[in-house]
Amino acid sequence: MATNPGLTLLRKSASDEPPPPVLPGDEGVAKLIDVSKCIGCKACQAACLEWNERHEEVGFNVGSYENPHDLTAESWTLMRFTEWDNPRTGNLEWLIRKDGCMHCADPGCLKACPSPGAIVQYANGIVDFVSEHCIGCGYCIKGCPFNIPRMSLVEQVVHKCTLCSDRVAVGGGPACAKACPTHAISFGTKAEMKTLAGERVTDLKSRGFDQAGLYDPPGVGGTHVMYVLHHADQPELYSGLPANPSISPLVSVWKGAAKVAGVVAIGATVIGALVHHMVAGANRVSKKDEEQAADLAEGAAD
Amino acid sequence: MTSSVHHGTSGDEVVVDRYNAPARANHWVTAISLILLALSGMSMFHPSLFFLTDLFGGGQWTRIIHPWIGVVLFFSFTGLFLRFWRANLWEHTDSVWLGSAGAVLSGHEERLPEIGRYNAGQKLVFWGMTLLIVVLFTSGLTIWDRYFFAYTSIETKRVAVVMHAAAAVCAILIWIVHVYAAIWVRGTVRAMTTGSVTGGWAWRHHRRWLREEVAKGRTE
Repeated sequence: MATNPGLTLLRKSASDEPPPPVLPGDEGVAKLIDVSKCIGCKACQAACLEWNERHEEVGFNVGSYENPHDLTAESWTLMRFTEWDNPRTGNLEWLIRKDGCMHCADPGCLKACPSPGAIVQYANGIVDFVSEHCIGCGYCIKGCPFNIPRMSLVEQVVHKCTLCSDRVAVGGGPACAKACPTHAISFGTKAEMKTLAGERVTDLKSRGFDQAGLYDPPGVGGTHVMYVLHHADQPELYSGLPANPSISPLVSVWKGAAKVAGVVAIGATVIGALVHHMVAGANRVSKKDEEQAADLAEGAAD
Repeated sequence: MTSSVHHGTSGDEVVVDRYNAPARANHWVTAISLILLALSGMSMFHPSLFFLTDLFGGGQWTRIIHPWIGVVLFFSFTGLFLRFWRANLWEHTDSVWLGSAGAVLSGHEERLPEIGRYNAGQKLVFWGMTLLIVVLFTSGLTIWDRYFFAYTSIETKRVAVVMHAAAAVCAILIWIVHVYAAIWVRGTVRAMTTGSVTGGWAWRHHRRWLREEVAKGRTE
């Protein structure tokens, strides 16, 4: 897929082109996933496969509703099921989280990508992979704090949720949101989604979920996919949703200081060698060296 | 005069054989691999160098071919290691040589002890490259996602990718020193092209080695 001409580009990988100005206060778009409303029907998974023309392999049952068992290069979204025995209430809670790309404002995948324009961030916040520029190195997989991108061994490129950038570009919403029968998935401006989340959190608190809250982690600058969680104090309950995700310091060093230091060190060594040659001059063998070598060799021949 | 120390084709001058043909071939396979690895690796290291992927047929091809060249380099360098490790064992004179860095850099070799087949600088290049190539090979396998993705965690791969980049930069720095030294010390490159050096070169830079080679000829 190419870069979408219908959307304004904010950033692209491996490039230092200055970003276009963004209107102040414009937080872009967001998808809000209300975990408390999800019934685990997987309509979103089916809609995602269908709209994006992906084909998941027929799997097998290992005793879990999760199907497939992990995100794949085909399945860009996945219902993850957790059975949690709430120690406070004694209730068995079925926590179902729709996993997929969070569309970070500070995307680790984009920072790690070495190929110019293979990962782009649009002004509306959508982070998208541009397959025609993808070289299949898998650096984005190492950059992502949520373990989302998946390599296609067939296409040799990496895929993940596009937030249906192609639909959004023409004024639609994501296919998953369209298919959801319980309106657990909403789509709109990020400001609208935060307001909606606020209403949902108030409602959940009135029903006894006093730790209900919005998941919009600041460690990655906020995300353009957000969750309403009934236990926002313990996001790890939801199949290991990280409590405070951020880009790994290893990735930051690799793509920050190391990148600059490496190129500078190589350049400095070359310059050092040139300067040394100018100052010290060539180290030449003298006629006398040759004579002495000949004498030594002749001595041996005697 | 026999074997390694003999007269050149022009007559008077003494010539010393330094590398036989298999050693030279082994060296150049390693050298070409290393240069290709550096170019393809740097293209994926810094965006400003991404244009280097054009040398390899684009980004996808660069990503595909880089690890395979790495495999070639690893086995080729193993060959060099087995050939030369014994001659690169550290000796007391090497520490003296290193301690006189000023004399080395200014080319005043008369102030240095007589050197065997390799000086301390060459030995450091040898052992440095040995260590770095082991690091590069193991970290490289760890991030060769096409075949080895399933065997390590993402956190391990993050460590590996940083180590791979750091070791690669160090290896490139050593390579620059290695190439520069071969150019600066005139008469060196022919050791790896024709296989021999002049007697004067051996006398000036590796006098103990020359004496040993001459002595060998005497006993034969």
